[in-house]
Amino acid sequence: MSNASELNLESGQVDEDMMQNPGNQYLTFTLANEGYGVNILRVEEIRGLDNWTRIPNSPPFVRGVVNIRGAIVPVIDLRERFELGGCEYSNDAVIIVLRGETNLGSRALGIVADAVSDVHDAERAAFGVTPEFGSGVNTEFISGLATVDGRMVMLLDVERILNHKDVCGADEKAAA
Amino acid sequence: MSTDISQFLDVFYEESFEGLDIMEAGLLDMPAGPVEGELINSIFRAAHSIKGGGGTFGLTDVSDFTHVMETLLDEMRAGDREMTGEANEILLQSVDCLREMLTAKQQGGEVDEARIGALAQSLESLLGSPGGSATSDDAPESKQDEKASNSGWVIKFAPHKQMLENGKDPVPILRELAKLGKCEVNVDTSAMPDLYTLEPESCYLSWDVTVEGDIDKEQVTELFEWVEDECDLRIEPLALNFSESATQTTDQKDATPAATPSAISAPATAMAAKKPTAAKAKESGSIRVSIDKIDTLINTIGELVITQSMLSQIGEDFEMEQLEQLTDGLAQLARNTRELQEGVLGIRMLPISFAFNRFPRMVHDTSNKLGKKVELIMSGQETEVDKTVMEKIGDPLVHLVRNSIDHGVEAPDVRKAAGKPETGTVELSASHRGGNIIIEIKDDGAGINKEKLLNKAISNGLIKSENELSEEEVLNLVFHAGLSTAEEISDVSGRGVGMDVVRSNIRDLGGTVDVTSEPGKGSIFTIRLPLTLAILDGQTIAVGDETYIIPLVSIVESIQVHPDMLNLVAGKGETFKLRDEYLSIIRLHQIFGVDSVNCKDLTSGILVVVEGEGGRYGLFVDELRGQQQVVIKSLEANYRKVDGISGATILGDGSVALILDLPGLIRLANRSVEVPGVHQQNVA
Repeated sequence: MSNASELNLESGQVDEDMMQNPGNQYLTFTLANEGYGVNILRVEEIRGLDNWTRIPNSPPFVRGVVNIRGAIVPVIDLRERFELGGCEYSNDAVIIVLRGETNLGSRALGIVADAVSDVHDAERAAFGVTPEFGSGVNTEFISGLATVDGRMVMLLDVERILNHKDVCGADEKAAA
Repeated sequence: MSTDISQFLDVFYEESFEGLDIMEAGLLDMPAGPVEGELINSIFRAAHSIKGGGGTFGLTDVSDFTHVMETLLDEMRAGDREMTGEANEILLQSVDCLREMLTAKQQGGEVDEARIGALAQSLESLLGSPGGSATSDDAPESKQDEKASNSGWVIKFAPHKQMLENGKDPVPILRELAKLGKCEVNVDTSAMPDLYTLEPESCYLSWDVTVEGDIDKEQVTELFEWVEDECDLRIEPLALNFSESATQTTDQKDATPAATPSAISAPATAMAAKKPTAAKAKESGSIRVSIDKIDTLINTIGELVITQSMLSQIGEDFEMEQLEQLTDGLAQLARNTRELQEGVLGIRMLPISFAFNRFPRMVHDTSNKLGKKVELIMSGQETEVDKTVMEKIGDPLVHLVRNSIDHGVEAPDVRKAAGKPETGTVELSASHRGGNIIIEIKDDGAGINKEKLLNKAISNGLIKSENELSEEEVLNLVFHAGLSTAEEISDVSGRGVGMDVVRSNIRDLGGTVDVTSEPGKGSIFTIRLPLTLAILDGQTIAVGDETYIIPLVSIVESIQVHPDMLNLVAGKGETFKLRDEYLSIIRLHQIFGVDSVNCKDLTSGILVVVEGEGGRYGLFVDELRGQQQVVIKSLEANYRKVDGISGATILGDGSVALILDLPGLIRLANRSVEVPGVHQQNVA
């Protein structure tokens, strides 16, 4: 229990939301048969799989950019990021458009999901923090684990994804 | 006053900076001697509103500092004091200082408190010095306010007639006064007309108020701050204390300068500590647009609505005989859209005077520092240019103007010897030509010494001595890093860095800079910039199943090559011969890693000859599509900078196409395949 509250303090913005919204709702979706969740307050919209425009010389998990009401928004595939393999998109595949604060202001980002499941009140208490797996498992985008209907759901840390240097380029600027 | 006024803070900063610009321009125009007229008034007004605003927003150090300036200006305005060179210089420095203070407040930076203190002190001592007859009457009053403890104040408060109409109510002021101490209010109704002529919305009353108690004058004046322009206000200490406070004056004068710096520094540090850099990220910026432009836009929208309703009427039950009406309607729609586009883009356009305004001051300072006499002539300030272009052109312009003064214009004795007037001129002009804006910086100085430039370039190894360069090419060497013809390095210029930055900044804006020069007569730098960065004419091209857009300005021509035009350099570097030139080929599909390429064979696709990074290159693509105007969208808004891509746009079908950044692309290509000969080409 104490773990959970510590985590809340760290994740700043999310923490405030949870205060106002004790239910703490999460949009859950599946990706390569694994369950993921994002804070519903971070979700701007869910749209069908558009044709995106590839960006040359970008990391493979950045699939491209799409036009979202006039704004150019990058779309990433976490499957590539987490090396889950297999990139066939089903008919149910969608782009979940997330928005959050970064060091460079508010930004939007699309993530590909195989299918959107539901909105849940997630109890994060069960695990709280992600267990350490060592270097073999990439947990940098995961803020915690939750249990929904007996299944494990990995909660994504939207801010951390948005602030990732391959997504916003902030690190490079700082270094230069 | 519990209303949240912080939302107006940005507006206050913006207006204050404008006010400071006005003050600066006014001070530079102001001759020494007695001052009069609109000029001093406008300077005074600017100072006054900064003070008022500063007080309202609780920026006490700003308002305190401005207060002293204002007092000084007020005396000049009233004719009690003459403008001296010294006063002008101090006031100019105070303007700079205020600008720094405000910037520091806005962005949470540090301020140089020692400087503020010193300036405040010199302002005070100016005030203290006998500048004219009435000074001594005026100054004590403003001084003693700060601290003089009194047993009370007598206030004569006579609102102007229209005060109520402006939504200002005297009653709360009186109520607040009553809270300060024992208060006696007498209303003077003598101005009251009879009932027939009375206008219910005018204020005919005036009040005599006596407040007793230990009250700072500041507390009293603060209450009247909102209405001070709209009433006659006299605040005097209670009669019995008057003589005492008058004798205090002399001590006060000595005490205040010492007190002011600390009074200023304390809140400044507090502010600096409170907000570190948070404000920086939130810089959204705003723009002032003339009402005319807005009205035009509204009219255009009106027409658009009419066209839309007409079209929907036609569409409701369409028959073939209405076809002509439909095409007419669509033509009208096209016209409306174009007008709307122009109108909206026009909103971002500002007169270039915003960028030019800083030059009178800069020329003044720089020429003084260098001991030269320079007159600045500006023309075409009303030429409009996109806000983004304006922001980015400022620094290169400063550099060029500074260069003209330092290297161009000679010292007065040299000029005299050459038979030229002692005062040199630097001309700064702007004009529209086609879709471009042209800015010229012209001086009548010594011109660029081509021999020296060439020798320097040869000794630096930039070019080989046997190379024959045209005059133009020699002159363009000034834009190379590490070349300076100044014999001595001054702190103004001469280090040879800068001109290359000037050129690259201008190139980033999609513009060019050229130089012509005649020995003994002077030099002209010509900057050519696109009017706007928001829209560009683009050529759509296809590579594999991907679509890209090349800015039309960068395209020289497009050709289909014959096999016998193609050559290999060192077995790898692909080149082709275009008339007398060998150009290297950049395969777009290679650089961008496009998988599904239709054309691997150079002869089956198209070579687009493009200009960039000082050379020409053949960009190999599959095919050309159409030409169209595209609206540039930033990739960096949600993603990051991508090498070789300057932005993105949305095509007619809603999909995204990326716009090529040719200089970036060429750099990218040179990095991946070091093509021999390219460096040589860059130099020439």
